[in-house]
Amino acid sequence: MPYDLTPELRALQEEIEAYARDYGLDFFEIVYQVLDWEEINEVAAYGGYPARYPHWRFGMEYIELSRSYAYGLSKIYEMVINNDPTYAYLLAANHIVDQKLVMAHVCGHGDFFKNNFSFAYTNRKMVDEMANHAARVRRYMELYGEEEVERFLDRCLSLDNLIDYNAPHIKRPRREPASHDEEQPVVLEPKKLRAKPYMDEYINPRSVLEAERKRLQEEQQRAERFPPRPEKDVLLFLLEHAPLKNWERDVLGIVREEAYYFAPQGRTKIMNEGWASYWHSKIMTERALHPSELIDYADHHAGTMATHPGRLNPYKLGLELFRDIEDRWNKGRYGPDWEACDDYRAKAEWDTGEMKGQEKIFEVRRHYNDVTFIDEFLTPDFVRKHGMFAYDYNAMTGQYVISDRDFRAVKEKLLFMLTNYGQPWIELVDANYLNRGELVLAHRYEGVPLKLDHARETLENVQQLWKRPVHLETYVDDEPVVMSFDGTEHKLEPRSESA
Amino acid sequence: MIKRIERDRRRFEEIVRGKIKQDLKRHLTRGELIGRRGKELVSIPIPQIELPRFRYGRREMGGVGQGPGEVGTPIGGDGSGQGGGGQAGDAPAHHIREVELTIQELAQLMGEELELPRIEPRGAQSLTVPKNRYVGIKPVGPESLRSFRRTFKQALKRQIASGSYDVRRPQVVPIREDMRYRSWKEEPEPVANAVIIYMMDVSGSMGNEQKEIVRIESFWIDTWIRAHYDGLETRYIIHDAAAREVDRETFYSTRESGGTRISSAYQLAAEILERDYPAESWNIYLFHFSDGDNWGGGDDEKCFALLRERLLPVANLFGYGQVESRYGSGQFLHALERNVQADNLVLSQIEDRDAILRSIKDFLGKGR
Repeated sequence: MPYDLTPELRALQEEIEAYARDYGLDFFEIVYQVLDWEEINEVAAYGGYPARYPHWRFGMEYIELSRSYAYGLSKIYEMVINNDPTYAYLLAANHIVDQKLVMAHVCGHGDFFKNNFSFAYTNRKMVDEMANHAARVRRYMELYGEEEVERFLDRCLSLDNLIDYNAPHIKRPRREPASHDEEQPVVLEPKKLRAKPYMDEYINPRSVLEAERKRLQEEQQRAERFPPRPEKDVLLFLLEHAPLKNWERDVLGIVREEAYYFAPQGRTKIMNEGWASYWHSKIMTERALHPSELIDYADHHAGTMATHPGRLNPYKLGLELFRDIEDRWNKGRYGPDWEACDDYRAKAEWDTGEMKGQEKIFEVRRHYNDVTFIDEFLTPDFVRKHGMFAYDYNAMTGQYVISDRDFRAVKEKLLFMLTNYGQPWIELVDANYLNRGELVLAHRYEGVPLKLDHARETLENVQQLWKRPVHLETYVDDEPVVMSFDGTEHKLEPRSESA
Repeated sequence: MIKRIERDRRRFEEIVRGKIKQDLKRHLTRGELIGRRGKELVSIPIPQIELPRFRYGRREMGGVGQGPGEVGTPIGGDGSGQGGGGQAGDAPAHHIREVELTIQELAQLMGEELELPRIEPRGAQSLTVPKNRYVGIKPVGPESLRSFRRTFKQALKRQIASGSYDVRRPQVVPIREDMRYRSWKEEPEPVANAVIIYMMDVSGSMGNEQKEIVRIESFWIDTWIRAHYDGLETRYIIHDAAAREVDRETFYSTRESGGTRISSAYQLAAEILERDYPAESWNIYLFHFSDGDNWGGGDDEKCFALLRERLLPVANLFGYGQVESRYGSGQFLHALERNVQADNLVLSQIEDRDAILRSIKDFLGKGR
């Protein structure tokens, strides 16, 4: 059974949190639960939430976790979820120094969840909300059959990256419900500036009028399109316009809500882990570590920071970037003077003694996400110092090979992997294609094609929700194509770019 | 209370099972599972089970890493983009590519797929071994079998009867006469033991492809029969002009040349059975694979006689599988068909790999 902290651990929690607050970390109340490894695997399979709706992928996750734990391949040290109070789990069998480290790490996450702007709009009572979702899905399963509900869930989940990751931060004008009775008068004539007849030719040149007329026409056409503007939140659109049963609508809504809740974590992985690692390292080495625990701590810390050639360890990258920022702002290595300096020697010894590092990293943890973090703070020096490289797949040899060590290339690749959460940008451009109620999705192509087999299956799922034929405009082998699925067969046809 | 995760785990396993079943026909005619069998588990590769999404292909995407190496250096591993390094991380980067099934489960799937009837072990009543069961209570016995409860109950009865029991001071002290011990009875328990003897013609005309077919087919036969019996023994006989008993490895790898005298194998099988597996306590399965090109000179008749007199009377099933080969004439099957009639003799012709399924059904479809 999970149990609350032992008096010893409770004392430890108080000690660690006192250090953390002393450093200026600011977090919600943290509630720990101590679990044995089977329980922690179960909780981890559910992503840290004690109550989730039933779904086989949790079972799959559980089997993987249990197996890799049993074979000694992996071990979950720590899990923490964005909620108020913040819930975190400890593995009962862990050594006391590990528990200390984990607590320090959790303080870092807690602070990040509370203060980073990405999480500002997340539901801080999500644990309860998820339990509600679970109860609702269970009830639908009882009413409409497990298989039926599961099949529908699978479909929704396969689309759960079709949301607008930036939506929570933007107030968009609500779309007006289509009103047919009061048609707006169609204005196709451009407004002319007032001018005397002989000046008219010059004040309102024909070419300008022509362009204006064209623009108006396009606008008119766009207004006739549905939706008028491309819709990034495809799930919302389906929720509002797809012919769904009530329970289906609710399940889709649940999937969408959870997708939005989890999105910020995906978009701040490097920062979040880096921030927590920065703080566990600082708290442990400056305050909490007992000399006798040094070796164990170093071993564990090194394990967390391990890098492999083909992998980017977000813990390591994040931690080093935060340290780099702190160092640069401590020594005043930023700003126009620093940028303009060409003297290698002067740069190496540059130190204005500003000591603004701490202040800066707290500011960074509040206002950035992974994309802006990398974009602004990844420097050529950093890339060189940490031996970072970009790699590509070489079809000839069937291997991944290092393709570039140039700063620009590394940064570009990294940003590409992080933008839109590393997902292709797909939006809904037309829901009444050919005036036949067919749905058109468009993939904003950036040189990397979609995985075709997946795309085909996903398109089927869209069709199952929309019921009418669906199309996806994308690229295969750098050629524009449109993939279609009408409920029975798939088609892949070339398309003209302008369509 | 069942843990919540159990339901999800079971559901996932059902899905996996469904996937395996979809692919079973392919597995049935290919040898890839054979090397994957452990003592009790078979590990089966399955296509990745995951939810489809609109996403980039890993290969086209490339990634960013860190470490030494010139441009052009392969980085090894599957370079799975982001992911916790070492022990850290909250999401495992790898996926299940194999699932483990018990032999029973595999057999069950195969049975469903091929619509095989369950094997009715012969003489479930007649084949017995004595087994001890604790059924009674005796006043004497070894201390290790003392029944605490019954002993004290007896003591309480005695004390109440003799009036020495005091309700206010409820003390019960057993004496020697109160002691009760569990006693056992020897009961004959039906058992189902089975032996399979595989015989294979390894004469020059049996090529590698033919042996592979035999290998695959005997793997599935083995799996099916094993699922129905507690104890299963297998013996292997190879023969060309003479027969000898070999181990499993040799059975599948040997290639001899020379003629074929099938009777030699039947003779040896009969001897093994008579020596080691009395028919009253064993379910006996015999399978013989050959290309059917027996030597002349009256050997066929010798085979028929051995079958009629010594093998068929004791066997649950005698399966003769004739593998088609370029050199074999294949007359033995027809000779058997004409000359030996018995319920428990099954003849099956295996033209190629695709015929394996049908042939397994021929052999096991009788439910013996």
